[in-house]
Amino acid sequence: MAFEGLSERLQETMKKITGKGKVSEADVKEMTREVRLALLEADVNYKVVKDLIKRIKERAVGQEVMESLTPGQQVIKVVRDELTELMGGEQSKIAVANKPPTVIMMVGLQGAGKTTTTGKLANHLRKNSNRNPLLVAADVYRPAAVDQLETLGEQLDLPVYSKGTVANPVDIANEAIEKAKAEHHDYVIIDTAGRLHVDEDLMDELQQVKTNMNPDEIFLVVDSMTGQDAVNVAESFDSQLDISGVILTKLDGDTRGGAALSIRSVTGKPIKFAGMGEKLDQLEPFHPDRMASRILGMGDVFSLIEKAESEVDEKKAKEMQNKMKSASFTFEDFLEQMEQVKNMGPLDELVNMMPGANKMKGMKNMQVDDKQLSHIEAIIQSMTKKERVEPSIINASRKKRIAQGSGTSVAQVNRLLKQFEEMKKMMKQMTSSKKGKKGGMNLPFM
Amino acid sequence: MSFFKKLKDKVSKQTEEVTDKFKDGLSKTRDSFTTKVNDLVARYRQVDEEFFEELEEILISADVGVNTVMEFIEELEMEVKRRNIKDTEEVKEVISEKLVEIYYGDDDESLEALNIQEGDLTVILVVGVNGVGKTTSIGKLAYQLQQEGKSVVMAAGDTFRAGAIDQLDIWGQRAGVNVIKHSEGADPAAVTYDGIQAAKSRGADVLLCDTAGRLQNKVNLMKELSKVHKVIEREIPDAPHETLLVLDATTGQNALSQAKTFKEATDVSGIVLTKLDGTARGGIVLAIRNELNIPVKYVGLGEQITDLQPFNAHQFVYGLFGDLMTRVENDEDDSDDKNN
Ligand SMILES: Nc1nc2c(ncn2[C@@H]2O[C@H](COP(=O)(O)OP(=O)(O)OP(=O)(O)O)[C@@H](O)[C@H]2O)c(=O)[nH]1
Ligand SMILES: Nc1nc2c(ncn2[C@@H]2O[C@H](COP(=O)(O)OP(=O)(O)OP(=O)(O)O)[C@@H](O)[C@H]2O)c(=O)[nH]1
Ligand SMILES: [Mg+2]
Ligand SMILES: [Mg+2]
Repeated sequence: MAFEGLSERLQETMKKITGKGKVSEADVKEMTREVRLALLEADVNYKVVKDLIKRIKERAVGQEVMESLTPGQQVIKVVRDELTELMGGEQSKIAVANKPPTVIMMVGLQGAGKTTTTGKLANHLRKNSNRNPLLVAADVYRPAAVDQLETLGEQLDLPVYSKGTVANPVDIANEAIEKAKAEHHDYVIIDTAGRLHVDEDLMDELQQVKTNMNPDEIFLVVDSMTGQDAVNVAESFDSQLDISGVILTKLDGDTRGGAALSIRSVTGKPIKFAGMGEKLDQLEPFHPDRMASRILGMGDVFSLIEKAESEVDEKKAKEMQNKMKSASFTFEDFLEQMEQVKNMGPLDELVNMMPGANKMKGMKNMQVDDKQLSHIEAIIQSMTKKERVEPSIINASRKKRIAQGSGTSVAQVNRLLKQFEEMKKMMKQMTSSKKGKKGGMNLPFM
Repeated sequence: MSFFKKLKDKVSKQTEEVTDKFKDGLSKTRDSFTTKVNDLVARYRQVDEEFFEELEEILISADVGVNTVMEFIEELEMEVKRRNIKDTEEVKEVISEKLVEIYYGDDDESLEALNIQEGDLTVILVVGVNGVGKTTSIGKLAYQLQQEGKSVVMAAGDTFRAGAIDQLDIWGQRAGVNVIKHSEGADPAAVTYDGIQAAKSRGADVLLCDTAGRLQNKVNLMKELSKVHKVIEREIPDAPHETLLVLDATTGQNALSQAKTFKEATDVSGIVLTKLDGTARGGIVLAIRNELNIPVKYVGLGEQITDLQPFNAHQFVYGLFGDLMTRVENDEDDSDDKNN
C-alpha cells in the first residue's frame, strides 16, 4: 500500500529535517504536511485540522530550536503544545446540587455506551465519594434496555427505578426523583435511549426531560472510534441540550481517538471521563495530555520533548544562579525568568512553595499577582537593550519614555527599578547563604 | 453507452420501492456529498491544485480514509492530465467513475448476495466490536429470511453483556423465530454448538449466531471468537457459510483495523453497515473494499425490524452520487441531441 504508516512517515520526515538555529518556513511546511495527514488519519475533523495547522504554522516559524531537539522535533513540540491547549486541563469533577439529589442525564447516539457508563458512574460515585445513587431506566425503546440496566444494578447492588416500556421518559424521571427524595438518594442517574442527533422527535423528548428535571449534569456519551461525523453529533447535542461534559467510551481499543479533539473544539465542553473496558470499574478520569499524544501517535517523541524541556530549564537555572552570584543579573534575565515562572502555574502557590519565602525580608512588598506581572513585563519590554543590561543609565527622561511605552506611570517604573535593586541584593544573600541545600530554588526574581 | 447510463439502467431494473427506500435512507448522505461536489464544481472553473485539495476534504469528511483518498486524488490528477481536462464540469464524470471503480474493484456482483445453501442448513455468524448493531441486525435479518419463507433459528452467543440474551429474545418474538440460549456467563462456544444441534434437528434453513461485542485488540476475546468459529466449522463442513462483520457507519478509520483483525480471526465474508440513517457517511467501506476486498452485503437504515436492506453497490453508488450523475447524464443527453 502506498500510504501506509503515516505516523512512521512523520517520524521519517522529522529525521530528515536537521540543522540548528531557527525553525524555517520550509521545515514547518514539510512537517505540517505530515502532521495534517496524521491528524486526519486519527479521525480529527478536517475543519478542525485546518485551523490547527494554520495556528501551528504561525506559531512555529522562526522559533528558536532547543539545543537537544531538531527543527522537526521543535515543530512537533509546537503541535503538542497546541493540542494540549485545545484539549484543556483535567476535569473529572461531578456537579453537586445545593439541594439533593444531584441529577445526571446520560445522552448520546445508539450504542455509544450510555447504559454501561450509567452503571460505571454510579459505581464511581459510591466508591470514590461515598454516594448513594439511584439509577433510572428511561430508555423505553431499545429491546431489553430496562433489563440491561436492572442487571447492572444487581451486579452493583444498587437500586434501579424502572416502569417498563410503556411509560414515557419524562414521567419515569419525575417519579424517580420523588423516590430518590423519599429514600435519600443523593444522586440520580438517568439512562436515556440512544438517538440520532437529527431525529427531531427524539431530541425534543430529551429537551422535555431536561426542562422537567433541570439536571445538574448532562453527559454526552461518545464512542471514541467515531469518525468525521463527531463534530455534527457533538454540535447538535450541545446546541439542543447545552451538555455539561463528555464521556469518551471504548478507549481501551486501538483507535487514535481524534474525535476527542473535534468534540473539544466544537463544543468547548470538558471531556471528563474515559471508558476503558466493559466492566463496571473501568471508568477513569480523562487525561487530556495523554490524549494529545495518542492522537498523533507519537508518545516517544513527546517524552523526548519533555526531557529536552526540563534539561533546558535546569541548564538555564544554573546559568541564572551564576549570574546571581556575580550580580550580573539583568532585566533581560528577569524577563526570561518570568516567562518560565508563568508556565509553572499560579504565582501565589509558587511563592508559598518557597521555603521561608514569606518570612524573608523584602518579600512582603513584592507580592505578585498576574496583573502586576504583565505590567512588569510591559515595562521591561519598553526598555532598550542597553537599559535592560545597565539599569543605572535610566534617568528621568528615559523613565518617562518607558512609562509611556508600557502604558504605566513613572511611579510604577520607579517601583520596579527599586524592587529590582532590592532583589539583586536579596539574591546575593540567598545564593551565598547556601546552607547545604543546593539548587532547589530558581525563582530569582522574587 | 456512458458509464452512468449503464448504472442507471441497472438501478431502474430494481423495484421502485426498494430503490426509493434506499435513496430515502441515504438522503442525508447523498445531499451532503453531491451538494458539496456540485458546489465545488460551480465555484472552480479551472481544475487546479486548490480544486483537488477541496475535493480531498469532501472525501475525507465522508470518512473515506486518508490512504484511499490520497490514492484516489493521485489517480484522478493523472487521469485529468492524461485526458487534458481543464473544465471542472468535465472532471465531475471522472470523479464518479473512479469512485465507483473503487467500490466494484474486480468483484463479481454476485458476491453481494448471501451465500444461502438451498435445501440445507446455512449458518451465519455475526461478529463485530461493541454496540455496532449486531443483535439488532440479526433480529432484522431473521425477520427478512422468515418473510421469505425460510425457517430460522437464532443462537444467543452473547453471554457476557447485561441484558444481551433478553434483547435477542425480544427480537426472536418480533420476528417469530426461536432463540437457543443459555444463561448469562455461559460458554459462547457451547451455546453456538447447541444452536447448531437444534437447527439440525428441527431441519431449519438458517441459523443466525449472535456474539458478544469485542474490541479487535483484545487478544483473548478474539481467540474466544475463533473458537466459536471452529466449533461451527467442525460441526458442519463449509460452515459458517457467511461470517458477517457489523460496522457502524459512524466509525472512522478504526473500521479498517476492525475489518483486518476480524477477517484474520473469523474469515469475514461480508459486511453489514449500520446506522446509515444518520449523517455519517460510512465512506470507510470504500477503503475496506479497496484494501481488504470485503463486500458490503447489508445496510442498516434504522432501528425498526424492516430497516435492513440488502446492499447493492449500484444502488449505493447511485444513492450516494445519484444527483451528481443525473446532471452529467443530462448534459450528455443534450450533446446527443445536438449530434443527431
Ligand atoms: N470495550 C469497551 N466496551 C464498552 C465501553 N463502554 C461500553 N461498552 C460496550 O459497548 C456496548 C454498548 O454499550 P451500551 O451501554 O449498551 O450502549 P448504549 O449507549 O446504552 O446503547 P443504546 O442504549 O442501544 O443506545 C456494550 O457491549 C458495552 O459493553 C468501554 O469503555 N469499553
Ligand atoms: N439508527 C440506527 N440504529 C441502529 C441501527 N442498527 C442498530 N441500531 C441501534 O444501535 C444500538 C446497538 O445495537 P445492538 O444491536 O445492541 O448492537 P450490538 O452490536 O449487538 O451491541 P453489543 O452486543 O453490546 O456489542 C441499539 O440502540 C440499536 O437500536 C441502524 O441501522 N440505525
Ligand atoms: Mg442503552
Ligand atoms: Mg449484541
